[in-house]
This record gives sequence, structure tokens and C-alpha cells, in this order.
Amino acid sequence: MIPGAFDYHSPRSLDEALSLLQQHAGDAKILAGGQSLIPAMRFRLAMPSILIDINRLDDLRYIEERGDHLAIGAMTLEHSLEDAAVVRSSYPLLHDTAVVIADPLVRNMATVGGNIAHADPANDHPGTMLAYDATVVAKGPKGERTIPIDDFFTGLFENAMGEDEILTEIRIPKPAANSGGAYTKFERKVGDYAISAAAVQLRLDGGTVAAARIGLTNVSAVPMRAKGAEAELVGKSISDAVIEAAGTAAAAECDPSPDLRGGVDYKRDITRVMVKRSIQQAVARAKGGK
Amino acid sequence: MSEHEVTLTINGESVTRSVEARTLLVHFIREDLSLTGTHIGCDTTSCGACTVLVCGKPVKSCTMFAVQADGAEVETIESVAVGGALHPLQEGFWEKHGLQCGYCTPGMIMTAKNFLANNPNPTEDEIRRGISGNLCRCTGYNKIVEAIQYAAEKIQADAGGE
Repeated sequence: MIPGAFDYHSPRSLDEALSLLQQHAGDAKILAGGQSLIPAMRFRLAMPSILIDINRLDDLRYIEERGDHLAIGAMTLEHSLEDAAVVRSSYPLLHDTAVVIADPLVRNMATVGGNIAHADPANDHPGTMLAYDATVVAKGPKGERTIPIDDFFTGLFENAMGEDEILTEIRIPKPAANSGGAYTKFERKVGDYAISAAAVQLRLDGGTVAAARIGLTNVSAVPMRAKGAEAELVGKSISDAVIEAAGTAAAAECDPSPDLRGGVDYKRDITRVMVKRSIQQAVARAKGGK
Repeated sequence: MSEHEVTLTINGESVTRSVEARTLLVHFIREDLSLTGTHIGCDTTSCGACTVLVCGKPVKSCTMFAVQADGAEVETIESVAVGGALHPLQEGFWEKHGLQCGYCTPGMIMTAKNFLANNPNPTEDEIRRGISGNLCRCTGYNKIVEAIQYAAEKIQADAGGE
């Protein structure tokens, strides 16, 4: 399968990329890792007339703690997240996620920024970034602005950025003491999208859940938080019954579509189990476990 | 539709060609450079039959445009045997029956080559994770894992013997 014809640009700086994007607003697509866009172009589901390839913008590849957050450059490869010591040591939810995205070959090309900007509820980063309460940094002709992740996903494959903006960075708040997180994904095989997956980030105060955010993967048209499940946790003393109630709430509030991966009831039940397992793991990590 | 002059190193040799922007790297390798060892399997970024090394890293060449490889070093299966002598991986696939139809083999070997470079003494589990982006519909993978284990031992033994 051969993609439709297009004009290709390979800017060498972010400013050059932004000016190209402004010049061709509405016609141009940004090419990041291309592991979603190029397949879509081969199927002619996407037929952009202009591609702006930002893979030469190596300035957008970094993973480092700055002040109160972890800053991840938009063009950071998924594979780099797997290897980064800071991610392994301090951001276990992000590390869990990085190692189950697509497959090892795709992770050598795919980027964190592309995964998020694509706004596909089947992708793994949206749920994780919702759980982390991350912030997206976008740059456009009017300068730079930050978008809270809760406001970022506006529809299926739609995000809050303007057509003349480029996602440049993702910021994850540094987890407070006694925090833990985990991502649990149920997939038919490596490389497939999740049947369902759950990202949990929480903080304990003694045996009580002081804060919790839960993001779900591939069980809604727009990447979603399981706010009902969060409400079952916050302020409660952690117990099997509380965890079960959170899982049950997530199963009820998600909105999966039936497809070759299963029917609605099945996906709801898998969601219940994924949420429970992620909570259990997050609690164990908050208490100092691996 | 834009046309671009692309210069890249393929298996150690520099080539320059003019390509349409939409030309996928795998089509460029097979059709423009007549290196047909790299296969097209699924065309959906799933199977890994088209795996080549770009600047040392294994990627799916059906999911990258040739123009993106401008300036890059690309290695395909044709580069693996040196001077007619099989690479330890090729020897492993031969000795351990790591292939039946052989369609996935070039991609498997390119992935395994990078994998062993980073992890010369892997566990079975690490090998299985390492090749999880490459599909084989014949072998059930056990023989492929054994082939890679064979190669790991051979490479280490050869290095130790120097």
C-alpha cells in the first residue's frame, strides 16, 4: 500500500517548523515518529497534502527533572523512556507504560509527543498522563502556552492545540512522598492495542488514600479519567473492599465499543480487573515496594 | 508532490537517488536498490518482516519514508554474511532449524543482531521480549529462540578466542 502524494519538508529548527506550519495551516500534518500516521496514510485514512517532518529537531529529545516536574521533550523516543534511569527510579507508572507500548521496533521510532498529540484513546500515554495530572506545552506563532491534560483531549483524534501549534514538551509533576503508580494492560498479543488498560497514580497518608487519579485506555471514544473510581478511593482506608468498589465503579463509567477484541460486558469486566491490579500495585509501591 | 535527492549509506556503500516523498523505505530498498532480502509482510506495521537497521537501530522499513533516511546508515540482511561466511545468527538459524518458510527470517535476524549487540548474554525471556515485534507463523518461536541462543554463545566464544 502506497500513501497518497504529498510535499515533504524537513525543518532544522522549531522556528522553521512553526513558520512552515503557519504557512500551510489546515493542509499540513506534523510527522513525528510516524508509527500511527504512516500506517493511516498507507490505508489512505489520512491524506495530508503537506508533511512537516520534525524528526531532525533533536533539541526536542530530553528526559530530565526540572524544579517540581519531569520534563519530557516531545520527540523523545518511547525506547528512551524504557532506558532512562530517572523514569525507572521515580516514575514507575511511566516505566510500566513505556515497556508495553506497541513493540520494541515501533518504540525505536515512536515518540512521546506523537503518542499524546494523536489523541487516540487506544494509545497508552493518554491514560497515563491523565493519571499523572501532566501538563502539555504547545508552541505556536503567539508563543508558548501550557495546557492541563484534563483539557487536552477534546475528541477522537482531536486535541486542544491550534492548527498552527506544535506540542513541544510534556511535564509530569514530581510524585510527593508516599506516592505510587502502576499501569496494567491487557492485550491479545504484543503490538496490539489494549483490550483495556488502567493507569493509577495515588498518594497514601498512613493507610488512607490522600489522592488518586485513574486513566483508562481504549474503553471510551476520548481518553478518560475514571472519576467514579477515584472517588471510591480518596479518603478511604485501603482495603480489598475499597479496591473492589473502585474497580466496579470504573467498569460502570467506562464506555467501550464492541470489536474483535471483545464485547462491551467483557471489556467492562476487564477494566474492573485492570483498575484493581493497578491500584494494588500502586499501593505496594507507595509503601516502598517495587 | 515533492521529489527529493537522498544520499544514504546502504550496507557500507553510499548511494544517491531521487525519490518521491511518499516512497517508503522498504520500497526504496527493494525496488530502487534491488535488495530484495528485506521482505514486505503485513504492510500494517505489525509483522517486522521489513526490519532493517537505521543508524544501528532496528525499525520497520514499511513505516518510514525513504527521504527520512537521508544521511543515515542503513543495514539490511544482505550485509550480514561477510565474505561468504555466515554470521553466527545465520549459522544458528541453520543449525537450530530457526526457519521453515523463511519469510520472517531477514527481519528476525536484523532485530536479533541489534539485540545481541546490546545484550550479548541474554536470558530466554529477554530474547522472547527482544523479538516480540517480529512475527513468525511457522516455528512457534522455540527454534528461533534457540538459534539466537546459539549465536550468542558463538559470538562470545569467538570473542573469547581472540
